[in-house]
Amino acid sequence: MLGYVVRRIIVMIPTLFAISAISFAIIQLPPGDYLTTLLMEAQSRGGEGGYDLGYINYLKERYALDRTVFEQYFFWLGNVLQGDFGYSLEYRAPVTEIVGDRLFLTVVVAFATTLFIWIVAFPIGIYSAVNQYRFGDYALTFLGFLGFAVPNFLLALLLLYYANVWFGTSIGGLMDPQFVDQPMSWEKFLSVLEHLWIPVIVIGTSGTAAMIRRLRANLLDELQKQYYLTAIAKGLPPRRALVKYPVRMVLNPFISDLGNILPDLISGATIVSIVLGLQTTGPLFLSALQSQDMYMAGSFVLWLSVLTVIGVLISDLLLALLDPRIRLGEGAAR
Amino acid sequence: MSAEAGRPAADGHYVNQAPWNPEEEAPLSPALEAWYMASQWKIIWWKLKRHRLAVISGGVLAVFYLSILVSEFLAPYALDTRHTSHIYAPPQRVHLFRDGEFVGPFVHGYSFKLNLETMSREYTENPDDVQPIRFFCRGDPYRFWGMIESDLHLMCAAEGGTLFLLGTDRLGRDMLSRIIYGARISLTVGLVGISISFLLGIVIGGIAGYYGGWIDNVINRIIEIFQSFPQLPLWMALSAALPPNWSPLLIYFGITIILGLVDWTGLARAVRSKLLSLREEDFCTAARLMGASPGRIIARHLLPSFMSHLIASATLAIPGMILGETALSFLNLGLRAPIVSWGVLLNEAQNINVVSLYPWLMLPAVPVILVVLCFQFFGDGLRDAADPYK
Repeated sequence: MLGYVVRRIIVMIPTLFAISAISFAIIQLPPGDYLTTLLMEAQSRGGEGGYDLGYINYLKERYALDRTVFEQYFFWLGNVLQGDFGYSLEYRAPVTEIVGDRLFLTVVVAFATTLFIWIVAFPIGIYSAVNQYRFGDYALTFLGFLGFAVPNFLLALLLLYYANVWFGTSIGGLMDPQFVDQPMSWEKFLSVLEHLWIPVIVIGTSGTAAMIRRLRANLLDELQKQYYLTAIAKGLPPRRALVKYPVRMVLNPFISDLGNILPDLISGATIVSIVLGLQTTGPLFLSALQSQDMYMAGSFVLWLSVLTVIGVLISDLLLALLDPRIRLGEGAAR
Repeated sequence: MSAEAGRPAADGHYVNQAPWNPEEEAPLSPALEAWYMASQWKIIWWKLKRHRLAVISGGVLAVFYLSILVSEFLAPYALDTRHTSHIYAPPQRVHLFRDGEFVGPFVHGYSFKLNLETMSREYTENPDDVQPIRFFCRGDPYRFWGMIESDLHLMCAAEGGTLFLLGTDRLGRDMLSRIIYGARISLTVGLVGISISFLLGIVIGGIAGYYGGWIDNVINRIIEIFQSFPQLPLWMALSAALPPNWSPLLIYFGITIILGLVDWTGLARAVRSKLLSLREEDFCTAARLMGASPGRIIARHLLPSFMSHLIASATLAIPGMILGETALSFLNLGLRAPIVSWGVLLNEAQNINVVSLYPWLMLPAVPVILVVLCFQFFGDGLRDAADPYK
């Protein structure tokens, strides 16, 4: 097992490397660099605004902006490894300072959504497969497709509105306003829990649909296999035969699918949190993109991708824990 | 065993002298014969036809796509006609009966009042003002496909009246017309995007699957890296980097290319895994021994055997792109005015006020949902039918 973990982590390294390169490419994409923007901004204000030449030279040196792109990349990478993600133009502060616990909240939302998807998709998927082509299967399939088809942001808007009309509460945000920018406390935690369900439902709907479909297809395959027939033929009660064998088999794709849905979750979380005004990374990311605050935007892309990679790693490790074939088979099955 | 019908041959074995007619042994029913003789695509078509929902969805999609050919004719107004006296007008309902008598489709005119207390425009239906809808009538002039001058519309408002079946927006433009025009962009974004990702997927996946070995390994790693990027943030970042001085049309192509560039990995994976198993087949070895080049083997012998699968999965990938464009435009990162897509229209419905005061501005979401649903059902049916010999 330990060997597997180590191997799996080593495989991650080139992936992370490539992700950082692509993130950096995104930073470099818009024409010009951010020092030119800074300079122009300073000039348009007549040289005032706190940006004297010395400061700009200092920044130039600190981020190696006068060198070639390749040198800049490795310089940036070196900085990133030391925890310096660059400088946000918009906030005039290092990126790391601004983001603070927003990334943490993104993780919380993604985690809660994953749980939600599992809890909802599992029983529905099994029910759908066992009752294939019956009314319940059709109805649930249709609901699932509908969940995928409704744009996330629209669902968020509607929920926001109707929660206000029906319950008279404002559900925007991820916590009550007085807790924003406060250190984590028990009250804040409860407040987050209270607000969490809307984004979780909104983000979860599309992922749930996909998960149900896949679970249903996998279980249908298993139900046609001989071992299940044998179990039934030998007189095992249907429910027991189902839960003990085929369901156990479909548990595997269920967990390995985590790696597939995680990028979707983060995607969904980004747009939903913009509509709902959550204090996650989404709104910051959007505003960084709109003002072409590229160090900030690039860092977000980097972080979100790294989060995904870590999520996939966790799902792989869980899978290995669950399935001895993967653990002992040198991962050859993949 | 010797039988009366034949005489023993020289070596003592029984030989039946009657000419052998294979059709006598197991006569084929005409239906079965048709099935055996039919081409793969024909069988796929038969199988697809049995999937009711898929056929209906396909029909709906066909209607949508045909409509973009004649948007100008279908829309009651031109794209940018502004009705300054009808800003944020609610949808007009179509009536058929007046005083219990059938008079054909008509709408009631608005009576307009500016509520000075809430400073909002209040429109109410005026039951005395009957405006019959005209069909095949002369209305706003337009250039059909930017070339032919015309002013023929499927339907337009009564002389001097209005026809806002889905209401108007903040500039007094007819929502229905804008939705009809928006279909042009929204529906083609997915098609162009999927073409790009299809091409990339087949070429890259084909190379990986056919050659295997270290090439396969490298490509696989690249695919893994691409897949670990959350799609939407990547789309957002790339489209934010499109130069702001590009023309709307260039932006449109930029967006579709971005959608395609990020999306090809799934298809490439599918192609690869199929090729990996198929390249061991005898027909592939035979082609190689006869000196066919790898490109020819892949394109002529291997791809056709699972093209149907690819088309099915491409169909299932289109709705993701349509939703992606909608999301990007909604966030102001995608297409921009004057180009009109459903996402651009939804951009107006961004805040909660709209939902409560002018809910009809959210109507562009309806065709989005409908089209995505249809693609899902159609793609599902296609996938089931794709392997007809199973």
